Amino acid sequence: MVSFLGLVAVLGGLWLGLSGHYTPLITWLGALSVILSSVLAVRLRTLDADSAPFAALPRIVVYWVWLMVEIIKANWVVIKACLRANLDINPALVKVKTACESDLAKTTFANSITLTPGTVSVLLEGDKILVHALYEEGAQPEAFDKMDRLSKWAVDVRGAA
Amino acid sequence: MNELLAILLNVKPVIGAALCLTGGVLALIGTIGVLRFPDFYTRLHAASVTDTSALTIALIGMALMAPSWLIVFKLAAIWAFFFLTGPTSSHALANAAHTAGVEPLIGERARSRGRGSSS
Repeated sequence: MVSFLGLVAVLGGLWLGLSGHYTPLITWLGALSVILSSVLAVRLRTLDADSAPFAALPRIVVYWVWLMVEIIKANWVVIKACLRANLDINPALVKVKTACESDLAKTTFANSITLTPGTVSVLLEGDKILVHALYEEGAQPEAFDKMDRLSKWAVDVRGAA
Repeated sequence: MNELLAILLNVKPVIGAALCLTGGVLALIGTIGVLRFPDFYTRLHAASVTDTSALTIALIGMALMAPSWLIVFKLAAIWAFFFLTGPTSSHALANAAHTAGVEPLIGERARSRGRGSSS
């Protein structure tokens, strides 16, 4: 029920933001389409804690802010690497173990690794992620510890419960 | 107070334009990295600068120059979708390369293969 109402709220907000036409007829049609798509999503059984994690939303926002800071820091490193006269890159493949349990938390962790410039997740196998990094020094397993713990804290609802 | 508001309104498009230019320069830097780096995986790292910081800064600049809040909302939606789909496509590329057996250049060997190295 929470995820249904959450989906209605998100779709409604998206409609209000994207439309720009607020005459009564158009607004009613918009409301109708929002309800219809939400009901269809319920009937298709695509709504669960993984596809609509509205309960974890505040923590996801906190995580997102932290991730943005990390992305800015990593961007600076890669920009310097791009422009340095002599290439000093030291690429490496590392295996990172994750504590995340749910699929969504694993996806969040792997996508966060990819999103930070300088590291790309190549392969996800069970609880291990193969990561390709631009600098071996910056990609020791400990470097991903905090990101792993935070994505588990933010998204892994079942793991925390 | 009104004067301050007027100054802010005058300065806003200038800051917006400057941020758009900064985003463009960052995209250029990412492209330079793509051309200089030696192999597929390292080039992916350079491209991710364009994906994240260049996009974010350029979108903030456009939001400052936007005529209405509707445009700002759309720019924010573009940003959110990009941050959800960007890493997915990067991962798909890297995963496909790994599955197809593309071996990454590891360690210092990568340096001599790149453009603009001293050796």
